[in-house]
Amino acid sequence: MTPETVFYAVAFPILGIFLGLTYKGIDRRISARMTSRIGPPIRQPFWDVGKLLLKETVVPENAVKWLFNAMPVLAFASSMTLLLYIPFGVLRAPLEGYGDLIVILYLLTLQSLAMAVGGFASGSPFSSVGAQREMVLMMSYEMPLATVIVGFALLYKSFSLTTIASNPVWNMVSPVSGLGVLLLFVALLVVTPAELAKLPFDIAEAETEIAEGMLAEYSGRNLALFYLSDAVRGFAMAAIEVVLFIPFTFSYVFGVSLSGATFYVIEGLWFLFKVLVIYIAAVTVVRTSFGRFRIEQASRIFWVHVNLIALLGLALVWLGV
Amino acid sequence: MPKSAYYIPIGPIHPALKEPIRVEAEIEGEKVVKVDVKRGFAHRGIEYMGMKRNAIQTLYLSERICGICSISHPYAFVITAEKALGIEAPPRAQYIRPIIAELERIHSHLLWLGVIAHEMGFDSLLFWIWKGREKVLDLLELLTGNRINYSVFMIGGVRRDIKESHIKALKDMITYYWELTEKMKEIILSDPVYKARTRGVAQLSKELALKLNVVGPTARAAGLRMDIRQDMPYDAYADIDVRAVVPQDIVGEARGDAYDITMVRIYEIEQSLDIIEYCVDNLPEGKILAIPNYVALLAKIRRTKGEAIGAHEAPRGEVVHYLKFDGRDGPSVWKVIAPSYNNINSWAPLLLGAEVADIPIVVAYIDPCMCCNDRVALLKTPEGRVLGYEYIHRKAVEKTRRIEREVKK
Repeated sequence: MTPETVFYAVAFPILGIFLGLTYKGIDRRISARMTSRIGPPIRQPFWDVGKLLLKETVVPENAVKWLFNAMPVLAFASSMTLLLYIPFGVLRAPLEGYGDLIVILYLLTLQSLAMAVGGFASGSPFSSVGAQREMVLMMSYEMPLATVIVGFALLYKSFSLTTIASNPVWNMVSPVSGLGVLLLFVALLVVTPAELAKLPFDIAEAETEIAEGMLAEYSGRNLALFYLSDAVRGFAMAAIEVVLFIPFTFSYVFGVSLSGATFYVIEGLWFLFKVLVIYIAAVTVVRTSFGRFRIEQASRIFWVHVNLIALLGLALVWLGV
Repeated sequence: MPKSAYYIPIGPIHPALKEPIRVEAEIEGEKVVKVDVKRGFAHRGIEYMGMKRNAIQTLYLSERICGICSISHPYAFVITAEKALGIEAPPRAQYIRPIIAELERIHSHLLWLGVIAHEMGFDSLLFWIWKGREKVLDLLELLTGNRINYSVFMIGGVRRDIKESHIKALKDMITYYWELTEKMKEIILSDPVYKARTRGVAQLSKELALKLNVVGPTARAAGLRMDIRQDMPYDAYADIDVRAVVPQDIVGEARGDAYDITMVRIYEIEQSLDIIEYCVDNLPEGKILAIPNYVALLAKIRRTKGEAIGAHEAPRGEVVHYLKFDGRDGPSVWKVIAPSYNNINSWAPLLLGAEVADIPIVVAYIDPCMCCNDRVALLKTPEGRVLGYEYIHRKAVEKTRRIEREVKK
């Protein structure tokens, strides 16, 4: 491991937290504007985390204490690790070569799992119902998510995200497999709000039904860690979608040749812009435009509709390869 | 309920129900298998307070029974008092009263539509509908001077007249809400997510509705043609052929679910617009108070002995008041029945067998109002700090004048 890798391994999570919270702020602001409200300032999520860190951390009397306290740490750690696998624009992922898309899939699952286990451990009926719902939802959306990854494996003969990022997917597809990749993109966009527990799939945290569900008993530092991991996961998920489906660099799109620091700055900003567009399209617009589904309705959507789209996409990719 | 049971408590502290009532739902997975509704947390003794005051003071106390139906209770009160005292309101007042009452129905139904949208996580719909609701609240403030407790009714008439400038504002409002209801039909009633969340949820059959004695839109959504304005018309309603809005007249059948009640409420807004339009177009000339002098009115009340029952169709259902006068300047007996008291009966059968996700919709479905059930509470802070009458009055006058200026522009 080179000093450069160590630097990235420290800098990426810090940058990830900053960007995750900023994107959360932008999301809240845009959503507010879409519903004729002013909305909070973009820096609001930072104040939220700061306030939560200062608040008392209450552990319910009938909770499994060690499990209850460990799960936020696990969720936060997995989201931090997730960041190390994502190539940041033209920068390579710090943990490149130590894992691939399958690891990313598991890291994403691990956070949801940590929240569900934390919910069960809290001993609250609201949290338990929320955790049950989260498990059902995970079983529903994991299949289309896995189908997308298998589609990419078929195309690239590799699970490495860096390999995928370095060679844009649209350059290596035939018209048939191109259509397949497009369908996979659509499936992943639908999975995104469910993966990030956002409307219309925030069923596990449904505020009006089960009072924030899994998070009902969490407070203070523990809640801050879940809040941070949620913010980072939002950024990471959008970044993965950009890497998979919109990997075109600024120089490639606009046909300009950049060098030195300018190259890194421009490409970095370009990457952030693409992530923001995906984030707004897959999270902000969707969560503002829909009501919450019931759990069986959400399951049906993923098992029937999204799965069909993803499998059709996979079949087209397979035919076109 | 045994301590070991796996149950979820809803209310008094729950995002779906923030009022002083408790619903304990025992659940198996996502299904509710046992329900216990506990009510009566707040006893406020408003009727007793009313019996210690004169009739005019009691009238304005009746506005405080409910935060939303702040015209419905005074309306029922004045109808009852006029019956008991043998006073008849002038024709102009009889036309002004329904205008205010129907404006309140529009704001109450829009409020409900926002709440039900929020309960199913559809906050964009909530904000959109509540944005539309502002117009009717502003208009109520323009007509009455107040946004919540209008204080416009009086035994034997109304306290404020409708001016020419108000009529233009009313006409504008009617046009605005016709457009809004058309959009609501398009956006809410045709929305697949809204349909998916409300069709078959909180389904109340006609038989069960009759058995539970539910009232208002809850009964009408189940297909019961009952509406005080149709069954026992009063004031200008007697001149208008008000027909209860029931789903079978709109779509041919009544299922009595949350979707049907939404439909009933949207169509009732249109009905209210029709009533307001009729009243505005046919507003008679003349005075607005039968006995303009309050001292003379109180003297008449002191001289008269009598009792009566009166009812008004509030947005949530029928409000019934009973009054008895026997030689004092206030009622010696005052009894109030509010619609939520009947409608809450439907919670237990509707929740039984429902899914956890449907609980907020079932709870909000009847538009529950605990302050209607438990009347008013008197609070005194330990510091003794209260907002003075002068301050509140000055602020209210300032805002009314501002709205008047805006309307004139």
